[in-house]
Amino acid sequence: MDDTVSLKGRAAHSASRLAPGPKGKKPRPMFSPRNIMIYGALIFAAAYYLLPLYVMVVTSLKGMPEIRLGNIFSPPLEITFEPWVKAWSSACTGLNCDGLSRGFWNSVRITIPSTVVSIAIASINGYALANWRFKGADLFFTILIVGAFIPYQVMIYPIVIVLREIGLYGSLTGLIIVHTIFGMPILTLLFRNYFSSLPEELFKAARIDGAGFWTIYFKIMLPMSLPIFVVAMILQITGIWNDFLFGVVFTRPEYYPMTVQLNNIVNSVQGVKEYNVNMAATILTGAVPLIVYFVSGRLFVRGIAAGAVKG
Amino acid sequence: MNNVSVSVRDLSLSFGAVTVLDTLNLDIQNGEFLVLLGSSGCGKSTLLNCIAGLLDVTNGQIFIKDKNVTWEEPKDRGIGMVFQSYALYPQMTVERNLSFGLRVAKLPAAEIDKRVARAAEILQIQPLLKRKPSELSGGQRQRVAIGRALVRDVDVFLFDEPLSNLDAKLRSELRVEIKRLHQSLNNTMIYVTHDQIEALTLADRIAVMKSGVIQQLADPMTIYNFPENLFVAGFIGSPSMNFFRGEIKDRGGRKVIEVNGVDFGMEAYPARGPLEAGRKVVLGVRPEHVKVDENVPGREVHDAVVDIEEPMGADNLLWLKHAGQTMSVRIAGARRYAPGTALKISFDMSMASVFDAATENRI
Amino acid sequence: MTGQAYAGRPNQLLRNLHSKIASIPMILTAVVIFLGGTLWTVFYSFTNSKLLPRLSFVGLDQYERLWAAPRWLMSIQNLAIYGFFSLIFSLVIGFVLAALMDQKIRFENTFRTIFLYPFALSFIVTGLVWQWVLNPEFGVQSVVRSLGWTSFTFDPLYNQSIVIYGILIAALWQGTGLVMCLMLAGLRGIDEDIWKASRVDGIPMWKTYLFIIIPMMRAVFITTLVIIASGIVRVYDLVVAQTSGGPGIASEVPAKYVYDYMFQAQNLGQGFAASTMMLITVAIIIVPWAYLEFGGRKRG
Repeated sequence: MDDTVSLKGRAAHSASRLAPGPKGKKPRPMFSPRNIMIYGALIFAAAYYLLPLYVMVVTSLKGMPEIRLGNIFSPPLEITFEPWVKAWSSACTGLNCDGLSRGFWNSVRITIPSTVVSIAIASINGYALANWRFKGADLFFTILIVGAFIPYQVMIYPIVIVLREIGLYGSLTGLIIVHTIFGMPILTLLFRNYFSSLPEELFKAARIDGAGFWTIYFKIMLPMSLPIFVVAMILQITGIWNDFLFGVVFTRPEYYPMTVQLNNIVNSVQGVKEYNVNMAATILTGAVPLIVYFVSGRLFVRGIAAGAVKG
Repeated sequence: MNNVSVSVRDLSLSFGAVTVLDTLNLDIQNGEFLVLLGSSGCGKSTLLNCIAGLLDVTNGQIFIKDKNVTWEEPKDRGIGMVFQSYALYPQMTVERNLSFGLRVAKLPAAEIDKRVARAAEILQIQPLLKRKPSELSGGQRQRVAIGRALVRDVDVFLFDEPLSNLDAKLRSELRVEIKRLHQSLNNTMIYVTHDQIEALTLADRIAVMKSGVIQQLADPMTIYNFPENLFVAGFIGSPSMNFFRGEIKDRGGRKVIEVNGVDFGMEAYPARGPLEAGRKVVLGVRPEHVKVDENVPGREVHDAVVDIEEPMGADNLLWLKHAGQTMSVRIAGARRYAPGTALKISFDMSMASVFDAATENRI
Repeated sequence: MTGQAYAGRPNQLLRNLHSKIASIPMILTAVVIFLGGTLWTVFYSFTNSKLLPRLSFVGLDQYERLWAAPRWLMSIQNLAIYGFFSLIFSLVIGFVLAALMDQKIRFENTFRTIFLYPFALSFIVTGLVWQWVLNPEFGVQSVVRSLGWTSFTFDPLYNQSIVIYGILIAALWQGTGLVMCLMLAGLRGIDEDIWKASRVDGIPMWKTYLFIIIPMMRAVFITTLVIIASGIVRVYDLVVAQTSGGPGIASEVPAKYVYDYMFQAQNLGQGFAASTMMLITVAIIIVPWAYLEFGGRKRG
């Protein structure tokens, strides 16, 4: 991800070693028993976390005959990209055989608008709660936060009924609404805390200058809040892309997101199990959140930690 | 009565069970520089925010220029405000910061430019106009913040601890500048601070506040020399006024205050009413109203011993043991006394203050 | 004084109007979905709704049936085992990793990236990967056997009595990175001077952790606990992907029970009763925490 800090640290370390005379810190030997224990434990743990990724990649690059012969940890003798092609364009879900590509595009069509709408609404909620609190606002906010802990299963069926009543059950729009609803508690908390942390005097100054609710939001708050919007985007893109339950419950099969389709491909009872195709499909489904994770780095950590910060 | 610029009537503000301002009344004259002085939590900033319209009052009215503005939006009150943290919009240049309010009000571009140019000239910030706030020093930022109030072309300026974030040197520089600004613009200015030096140097009148109530409203010299109650007496002045708890005694027609067996003659004290014998009181004397080793005709002489000496350059602060307690005396810096020295001191009772021990009010 | 009439307090409903309008989606979500939806489900759990919800009350019948169903009892037992070990191992592994990471090590970012990346993956992906790794024919079991230990048996996904531990392994892989991150943030929040003081006093490191640092991190632990616990109750996708509840009903969980009865068995009443039980479980976790966290101090 980002090793510049530790590289710098190493450079400084070796420089201090070269420095003449006894001044400076006592250099700590790299291979002290303490270090061997710490790094040993960390490397062992890292192996456990990396193992499944490794297994996924090597399996997806093997042909089926090789898989049946060898063990899952051995590197492929002969690399083939066939499983990837098949996973993407022709794997069967039991309903159809056009691969994961349909699920991928469905997920794109679900994730982008859901992310945009949920963040837009939640950021305005947070702003209203932080700067324009009205009587009763705290009560609604409390319900929202408590609601974040209620199991989805408790609220799913009433939502089905509401969506059916307004004619959106099974549609993409309906699913977008569901993602907006269930993303609201954490995002609202995130934005409320962020906007509350901005200096209140700035808001007061803008009011003296005659700016109203929307002018302050767009002209003052938004330009100051890009980092938190990025954090919220990371949170939402990975969360919505990884969703399975809402996808199954609230959409018709032709709109199934990638996770649902992946599960249908891998756990389909028909035909011979093609483990290499399954693993290629699994990597493909995990690719988007993984890319977001590796690209965003520390912001991702901040995003998930934000979910843990209490209000 | 039309000389009144800002008028606060029976203003109360409470958050739930906590009362922050309690039926407060205050009239501020046109062109007056009024300072709201108090320690944190006394309600001074809250009062200013109510006047600005940034807080909804619980009860009472606020008039600005004879117009009831109690429920008006801040922008419609004819005020400009300067904040402690400068509150400059970080993403805008100085010029955009100054003109933001005017652009929101959709003023013609030519008028905006004219006003910004004038404010920039008054505050001498023309070279900074294209910079972002992050590229400015604290003093420059506060100047821009004042400029933002200036461009609004209003009659009333509100300052909320504008100098508290600056270091001591800049603070005194900008203090002078604010005073000069007031003299040239002659606006009404309401200025909140916890710094008594700022209050004494800037104000036409000072309102000393405590627990949401104005303790005394008067010009700086009256506040300093004739504090209305024990709180004001103790709050203003550094080092603090010397207090002696005692009882009024009648020594054959002569009124004295007896403190731990020592008599303080009160003939010179300008009492508001008769000093009844037996009353428990607190006698307050400022450090500079005590003479050391100087014979002043007509004053009684007390014995004291030097405890600690604090030379401060121009002044020398002596901490003395007298009447069973420690008191401070300010003398000229050149006069030095070693600890343990016995001294003769005398009190200028015409400048003293006497408070009732129970009500804490001046008598 | 001025003879001007005092303007009265304006209509309170119209004050701050923009804010209220902008908050309509939030108010609707809070009141209609979160509050209304929850009450609706609890209400209908006392009916014998089948394919469609209907108002024919049967008292506690659904609950009696629920607690007599072997599948529900298995779900609850699984949830208890999974929950207990998941909490213990998440906290222990998370804290130990965080403590190791806090030793001013090199490549901290690399290690963090490795420990946390599974958290970016969905439960579906997690379940499918571990289904493959734990596959007895090709996975860990066969590899160990091929190394010579031919009697080695580790087939959690095909063994009714240990299948829930197979799911636990996958869940820990996915979630401990997050716990590590939260713990590390907590450790970094502790004043450096504490460490200096304990070194000056000659207290061994493990004792400092156990008796000084961990008690200081009480808030972090509680928050983490609540996050892990509310995740445990929800566990669904992972089971669907990894075992589909099998073998038999050996790895069923309450969330799956609810889904199956609502959307497949067309027995809404059972689904509502089961989801109400989930709600009660969460309330048992959340209410004491909320009371400790927010009940003690008054709102500013």
